[in-house]
Amino acid sequence: MKKKVTLWYEFFKGVWDINPAFKQILGTCPTLAVTVSAINGIAMALATTFVLVFSSLIISLVRKLIPSQVRIAAYIVIIASFVTIVDMVMKAQFQELSKALGPFIPLIVVNCIILGRAEAFASKNTPFRSILDALGNGAGFLLALFVIGGIREILGSRTILGFQVLPNSYDPMIIMILPAGAFLTYGLLMGFANAYAIRKNRKASETNIFKYKLEREKLNATEV
Amino acid sequence: MKLMAHMIATLAIIGIVSGGTLAVINNWAEPLIAANKKLVTENAIFLVQPSGKSYEKVKSKENEIYKVFDDNKELIGYSIVFTGNGFQGAIRSMVGLDKELKKITSIEVLEQSETPGLGTRITEPSFKDQFNGLETEPKINWLKTPAEKPNEIMAITGATISSKSIVAILNEGISKVRTLKEGGKL
Repeated sequence: MKKKVTLWYEFFKGVWDINPAFKQILGTCPTLAVTVSAINGIAMALATTFVLVFSSLIISLVRKLIPSQVRIAAYIVIIASFVTIVDMVMKAQFQELSKALGPFIPLIVVNCIILGRAEAFASKNTPFRSILDALGNGAGFLLALFVIGGIREILGSRTILGFQVLPNSYDPMIIMILPAGAFLTYGLLMGFANAYAIRKNRKASETNIFKYKLEREKLNATEV
Repeated sequence: MKLMAHMIATLAIIGIVSGGTLAVINNWAEPLIAANKKLVTENAIFLVQPSGKSYEKVKSKENEIYKVFDDNKELIGYSIVFTGNGFQGAIRSMVGLDKELKKITSIEVLEQSETPGLGTRITEPSFKDQFNGLETEPKINWLKTPAEKPNEIMAITGATISSKSIVAILNEGISKVRTLKEGGKL
């Protein structure tokens, strides 16, 4: 069975239709932990995307050589190598970032987005499509972390990306930068995203029912 | 049997390639990482001893102690790394002391994992500048109201434990260093 999916959709599905954070509910640990500020979220998502793209590429290239019994072990070794590379490069060149994200970088190894995409996509598709899929999922993850981080930063410390946007008269909601704030923001956004999707689906099915009824009425009219 | 050999060969090749790549990158990154760490420590040494020009590491098993000298190579004080427990994890701080160990010149928090927005305010000037010129004898005290005596600081509202921890770390560390000094080891 040959799939007919446009290259654009291969990329775009990860941004919205199967957004890793809101729809696949993967990678929740970093989503909750690093989104204290927008910039932390962006950095984490970029690091994850880097690992995701390269491990998807390699896994897709060697997908036919790996016996399926040992595929998970092979994937983990490949992913762990890229994570270690990111960790070392960040420590060597981007000290500040590595200080802020320190304990979370090694955790990318067990980030389910990467293993999830490797298992569900890269191991079955061509390298080019795998890269598009990885970029799309990375972009979706970036979007999610930026929005959550932004909301928490604005409400919790009055700033966005370090610039003050709310006046000093606004008393920061400390809870937003504590773990509880992460759960609240994440939960509400996930709810909105799914409510929107459900409504869209319902509308689509309603139009189908409407079309069907119209057809029936025409048929009935001709029969009479 | 054939499958077994295939499985072992695949994993071995992946392992060798990954290990090799990591070794190459580590070769490049390791000196840079070490240099960064040294730079951070060096900056902190002079940050807490603003008039210092050169430094020398003191051989000590318990703390990282640096003697700091001025232009004329005369001892003006010490920069010492103190580590202790905060509210959520270890707090590592660099503390500048004058040569009699009676006054703090200034402090700098190097590493901490306190509550964001509350405990992390120990790294902000409004809190740590209170330590500039603070007397260490008989010991440092913290208050919930504005400080009055020269050996008192005011704790951060909502982060009393973090503030208290810093004071405790300093008091404990300074008394240790004092014993070293009395023993003629500084």
